[in-house]
Amino acid sequence: MDTIIKAIVFLPLIGFLIAGLFGNSIGAKASEFVTSGLMIITAALSWFVFFDVALGEQELIKVSVLRWIQSGSFDVDWAFRVDTLTSVMFVVVNTVSTLVHVYSIGYMHHDPHRPRFFAYLSLFTFAMLMLITSDNLVQMFFGWEGVGLASYLLIGFWYKKPSANAAAMKAFIVNRVGDFGFALGIFLVFVLFGSVSFETIFAAAQTYLPAEGAAAGEAVITLFGMHLDKADAITAACLLLFMGAMGKSAQFLLHTWLPDAMEGPTPVSALIHAATMVTAGVFLVARMSPLFELSPDALTVVTLIGAITAFFAATVGLVQNDIKRVIAYSTCSQLGYMFVALGVGAYGAAIFHLFTHAFFKALLFLGAGSVIHAVDGEQDMRYMGGLRKHIPVTYWMMFIGTIALTGVGIPGTVIGTAGFFSKDAIIESAFAAHSAVSGFAFAMLVIAALFTSFYSWRLTFMTFHGKPRASSDVMHHVHESPQVMLVPLYILAIGALVAGFLFHDYFFGHHYAEFWQGALFTSAENEILEEYHHVPTWVKWSPFCAMALGLLTAWYMYIRRPDVPKYLAEQHRGLYQFLLNKWYFDELYDFLFVRSAKRLGVFLWKEGDGRVIDGLGPNGIAARVLDVTDRVVRLQTGYLYHYAFAMLIGIAALVTWMMLGSSF
Amino acid sequence: MTDWPVLSAVTFMPLVGVLLLLLTREDSAYGRRNILNVSLLTTLFTFAVSVYIWYQFDSSNPGFQMTEKHGWLGTGISYHLGVDGISVLFVVLSAFLMPFCVLASWFSVEKRLKEYMIAFLILETFMIGVFVSLDIVLFYVFFEAGLIPMFIIIGVWGGKDRVYASYKFFLYTLLGSVLMLLAIMAMYWQAGTTDITELLAYNFPREMQTWLWLAFFASFAVKMPMWPVHTWLPDAHVQAPTAGSVILAGILLKLGGYGFLRFSLPMFPLASDYFAPFVFTLSVIAIVYTSLVALMQTDIKKLIAYSSVAHMGYVTMGIFAANTQGVQGAIFQMLSHGIVSGALFLCVGVVYDRLHTREISAYGGLVNNMPKYAVAFMVFTMANVGLPGTSGFVGEVLTLVGAFRANTWVAFFATSGVILSAAYALWLYRRVVFGALEKESLKALLDLSGREKAILYPLVILTIFFGVYPAPVFDATAASVDLLVNNYTAALQAAQNVALSVQ
Repeated sequence: MDTIIKAIVFLPLIGFLIAGLFGNSIGAKASEFVTSGLMIITAALSWFVFFDVALGEQELIKVSVLRWIQSGSFDVDWAFRVDTLTSVMFVVVNTVSTLVHVYSIGYMHHDPHRPRFFAYLSLFTFAMLMLITSDNLVQMFFGWEGVGLASYLLIGFWYKKPSANAAAMKAFIVNRVGDFGFALGIFLVFVLFGSVSFETIFAAAQTYLPAEGAAAGEAVITLFGMHLDKADAITAACLLLFMGAMGKSAQFLLHTWLPDAMEGPTPVSALIHAATMVTAGVFLVARMSPLFELSPDALTVVTLIGAITAFFAATVGLVQNDIKRVIAYSTCSQLGYMFVALGVGAYGAAIFHLFTHAFFKALLFLGAGSVIHAVDGEQDMRYMGGLRKHIPVTYWMMFIGTIALTGVGIPGTVIGTAGFFSKDAIIESAFAAHSAVSGFAFAMLVIAALFTSFYSWRLTFMTFHGKPRASSDVMHHVHESPQVMLVPLYILAIGALVAGFLFHDYFFGHHYAEFWQGALFTSAENEILEEYHHVPTWVKWSPFCAMALGLLTAWYMYIRRPDVPKYLAEQHRGLYQFLLNKWYFDELYDFLFVRSAKRLGVFLWKEGDGRVIDGLGPNGIAARVLDVTDRVVRLQTGYLYHYAFAMLIGIAALVTWMMLGSSF
Repeated sequence: MTDWPVLSAVTFMPLVGVLLLLLTREDSAYGRRNILNVSLLTTLFTFAVSVYIWYQFDSSNPGFQMTEKHGWLGTGISYHLGVDGISVLFVVLSAFLMPFCVLASWFSVEKRLKEYMIAFLILETFMIGVFVSLDIVLFYVFFEAGLIPMFIIIGVWGGKDRVYASYKFFLYTLLGSVLMLLAIMAMYWQAGTTDITELLAYNFPREMQTWLWLAFFASFAVKMPMWPVHTWLPDAHVQAPTAGSVILAGILLKLGGYGFLRFSLPMFPLASDYFAPFVFTLSVIAIVYTSLVALMQTDIKKLIAYSSVAHMGYVTMGIFAANTQGVQGAIFQMLSHGIVSGALFLCVGVVYDRLHTREISAYGGLVNNMPKYAVAFMVFTMANVGLPGTSGFVGEVLTLVGAFRANTWVAFFATSGVILSAAYALWLYRRVVFGALEKESLKALLDLSGREKAILYPLVILTIFFGVYPAPVFDATAASVDLLVNNYTAALQAAQNVALSVQ
């Protein structure tokens, strides 16, 4: 088993090295086949591990690889820890990654830099696998930043485009803001528990807090001037870690990089910015559930941020015209759902939604890629329309993706798409939870479900229905994608349809305990798994109604009366602009951080270094010295000579003094 | 163990090369070739000896090893050499970087090549001498003398403002040197010895520690350089030839950090503890302030120079956190920075040799015709940013852990440096390497030559190797660092006990 785990993690690395180092000598075709071939093996092994660990009897697997950083009690190894949570992620990451590799063979067909592209894809997969298999926080941080690097490289893959370079930088730097919190969180956990290894932390966390009713206890640490007792220290650690999760998962306030990341090639968006990397934040919180369960306050914040993101991103998604950006905002919003689930303690529901979302969102992105491929690189939906008859397979695949995303299904039965099971579980959990903000979260999620349905159908209608709005030249060349691109869509479509039905009992249902085997920790008071079954009927029907209402509105506005959207936009100009410009976050951040940092940089350089330090220091002295020496001595040789002379005199004096001194 | 004076050998071997160089003549292509070969072989041999020292080094022994001691004129001053876990790797680093300096100067130094190489070899002797000296006077001689060849290198082979730069360098260092000399005299007067091993065991009175600490600090802070005495560094870097920058960033900046570890922390623990908040403040200001300044630079070398100041901020912060993680992180950060910043200056040298400008705006789109260069530069940029998996991360995270244990506010502001470093480093990379190749002057540039590959590729490999497997470094340093930290804590504890009993 150890060898299999190592193979899963390192095969993509080998693929990266082969394609990256020798890509130009072995050629593009060979690079594609090597990386994709290795990924197919990896994916097959992942499913094997999934069946063995998650569905079988196999317990937690630990594999140690190599020493890494040892300094006193700070002891970190390269090691893998595979439990059900990891094996679920294995399946998600490697399945989607393999399909994206294969799909890219077709999609990137004309690109001259294919070896580099496939090398980056495999590098990303490797880093993601390091993240999810990590057995300590520091190795997780390695994977965390590693996927960030791969994301940076892939967003900026077309390095001639200034917008792509800007987006790549933005993604890296905004993620670094999150990582700033993550790093501080790691340090705090280390100081509190004396270790960064999950095993030690989780074992200590169980008995960390003083028993119920006991005194709050003394301050254990002074953090940023605050004296924190044990409970508050845990809350602080969780919030800092969550800041990292917010950056990686593009949550409200740190979301601005995700829409721009769409500058990258579309398969990248499907792999990194929909199915895998952006869910790393969800994974982090789920992995750290033994800590988060100890802090109701931190969980409240998680719920709140998740609910706001779900709502906010959905509102922006309503009016975007770029097909990829609509899906990007949708991703952002769905990640908000997952965080709400985490925040109310329904970790299983969060991971379940992560699992199903990977299928249908990757399907939507790859479908969108197929559309873009067909219309010659056009991404603006205002120049699409009427494509259904030309690219029917893509249409039906996108259709399946849409019904899965919007959660089509019949409440109270087991008939439904993947999103129906996972999303409804989250909405019902939010209602059933006892947190102070769960009511707010429930309302936000239902409204977001309505918006989700609207923008998803709007996308479908604008792209595939109605009259063609593209130029006749483009329409003339519209063609269905090759099989190498369609087969991955078929596989994802199957997942999008049946993953919910097949697995809901395991992830968040009757087989919860046997399935997770303690990989997700829930405290004794957490009974969300029971309670979400017993919510009132109207709660169960509310997401369905929201979905139906969204569909009807979209149908009315984009099929029945296509003039309505324009009229509405003109009537509510302010609101429309506000949404279209993404609540003006980019402008605000540019003003607050980017421009002020630049201004401060120039100020410190010219005024601080130039005028104050140099002015009072060397240049000031220089002016005096020059007066004195009256420019007789040539600077260069003069000072050197002075210096050597001063040193010699000094040593001579010292030595003389010592000789005399020692003779006394 | 060895029975031959291996430390003297590694220290003075470059001088043998100097003697050989004096016999050569630089009047033909053949002569030029000869000079380069002699220099390269000398530095390679020296490096081989330094690796042998590392190999022979017993990492379980926290004390000084391979010691040599000879009295000198009955003065109490002695020729005393030795290495411990703190110094041994700096010897290796110094010897390691020299062959790269010779290679980097292969074509770019056109006049007075012989003198140039002699200056470098003498510089090497002085630098290694600093790290192996176990007598404080000997240390002082090497420490200060090393600056003379550096003055000459900047002043003779530098850019057009070289005089201003070397003058500034001189002014800053002069003040520190004088104070340090006075402090050394005072120490001798108090303790009656100049032997470092004996001084380490001596307990200086509290009042005196304060003054001695300040005097040493004045010298080391300039060398680091710490804010606000850092402004000589950007000018010196900009004017220095490529190899000069490599040595400056790679080794000379480490003399200050080494000095703190060898003198300030173990000899003046009470003062170090007293001044730690002061050093933390300066370090944090250095990290944030110089990162912001680096962001707005228009000259590539200046940008990297400012980023060096920021990285040295992590070092001082780690040292004065005075716990295992902080000190080991600081040592690792210095070694890693030696490789990475040296490599970054070599990268600048590669394009400077082709275009003879350091203006960022003169570049753009180099990835199109220099893909191999782009990859190497990317690795070093990421190491500079502290990406996990590169050597830059290991030192940074350990110093931050150390600082967090000492004071969370310090760690808070220092950690914000990871955001700023990403901003300036990636922005630089984007402006120089990415983009379309539009400038006419850049279109004819060729990718790395064989010589340049030989310079950059080994550094790429080391940067990643030490990021993934830093254990060799920690193995070598652990015992000595533990001893240092334990003695430090014990000294503070003892002082506290005395204070309590007096009350």
